[in-house]
Amino acid sequence: MSALLVVLAVVGGWEAYARLSGIDEFVLPAPSAIATALVDDRALLWTNFATTAGEIAVGIAAALALGLGCAVAIHFSPLLRRGLYPLLVGSQTVPIPIVAPLLVVWFGFGLAPKIAIVALVCFFPIVVPTLDALGRVDADLRKLMRSFGASRWQTFRIVEAPAALPGLFTGAKLSVAIATIAAVLAEQAGSEEGLGHLVVQALPQFQTARAYAAVLLLSAFAVALFALLSVAERRLLPWTVQPRGTAT
Amino acid sequence: MQTRMTAPAQAPPAERAPGGAVTLRDVVKTFAAQRRGAAPVTALDGLSLDVQPQEIVAVVGPSGCGKTTLLELVCGLIAPDAGGVDAAPAALMAQRDLLLPWAGAADNAALALRVGGVPRDAARERAGALLRDFGLTGFERARPHELSGGMRQRVAFARTLLAGRPVLCLDEPFAALDALTRAEMQDWLAGTLAADPRTVVVVTHDVEEAVVLADRVVVLSPRPGRVVAELDVDVPRPRRRTDARLVALRARALEALGT
Repeated sequence: MSALLVVLAVVGGWEAYARLSGIDEFVLPAPSAIATALVDDRALLWTNFATTAGEIAVGIAAALALGLGCAVAIHFSPLLRRGLYPLLVGSQTVPIPIVAPLLVVWFGFGLAPKIAIVALVCFFPIVVPTLDALGRVDADLRKLMRSFGASRWQTFRIVEAPAALPGLFTGAKLSVAIATIAAVLAEQAGSEEGLGHLVVQALPQFQTARAYAAVLLLSAFAVALFALLSVAERRLLPWTVQPRGTAT
Repeated sequence: MQTRMTAPAQAPPAERAPGGAVTLRDVVKTFAAQRRGAAPVTALDGLSLDVQPQEIVAVVGPSGCGKTTLLELVCGLIAPDAGGVDAAPAALMAQRDLLLPWAGAADNAALALRVGGVPRDAARERAGALLRDFGLTGFERARPHELSGGMRQRVAFARTLLAGRPVLCLDEPFAALDALTRAEMQDWLAGTLAADPRTVVVVTHDVEEAVVLADRVVVLSPRPGRVVAELDVDVPRPRRRTDARLVALRARALEALGT
């Protein structure tokens, strides 16, 4: 509710400034101009949005699958923890604007390099919280399982895997925010469609309002995806949101 | 009740082994230093303890005297450095309930059954029946956060019983509860064990809990733990905490503890 008020105040101030200061529309389009662009260019925006949204969704899904597999593998193997974990940290320091054109050279202008880049940046934020959650299972609980004669696999299946789910969700939610940035960067590195491509094209054509509309659409998508994940988390993992120890 | 308290001494040897006897002979257990430069910690030094089948033994002692180590030895979770441990299969119940927050009460209680390969529905059925016996009717599907502290301990105890081991190792089972609930749970536990007798080693630093529950109270010295006194609690059940004999035993135990 208060977030809505802040948005209203910012948009109102922006609109007033854009109209009263006489600033050039190509430099700063008024919110009303962006709204007009959203409506007028809806077909163009929609096709490009579908492309980018697809890249983001598939990229995150790939990162989730790989990240989960990698976290479990590292969790089970001290050797992998020593050997692979530092490499993961290294992978996160690779500057995307440099890698993106390289991937375009390798994979062409299609969807593949975009999905690869989204998956690459989302991978690390998924692995780390998942691995943390797996490792943070109560030592006494492991001991209890051992006293019941549970195998390593049973302890994983019954205790560790459910305990890691909140970590996986945290990773997925972090991913949503950075996946949009990664997708746009990847598109700007070389592509024929997508909202990132549209922004690159719109600016030299003095279609600043259209570029803003594209950004708005992308942000709205990220927020919606984040909200969807939050709802899913509350549905699937109700114990993580319930107040604890209220009953006496 | 009385027969159970006196029976162990007269039980024929043949009955003892499968019935769940526990023997510790001159057990030594030392842990490596936690921090660099610190001395290794000797938790137990020459501890001997005999528990007869279906006897309830309470072990009391000051903090850090190796009580938890004693239970982990009995449960086979750790091995002694010297001496011998000979115990029938034992199930451990920790001070904290350690319930899985995502699982319902019946699924939590059925944990050992699931580990043992019992199918989910059958395990849930058996656990649910026991929980109903424990006064938790209607809470079979409730998650831990929906249960009170006493209820959670009952689920944890059901989980321990369903492990199907002849020996129960209870590590300060009610320490996390408020005094009133604790007293209630002690009476409840005494009743439950009367209905389903097991060999019980219960560790506590609550002397009253010890004399209310146990057939025999073993007092340990400060670390390294050694037995400094053994008190037979020859008081028929159900016991009243205000019973003069219990009050006297409590005083003797406290004296042995040096407080």
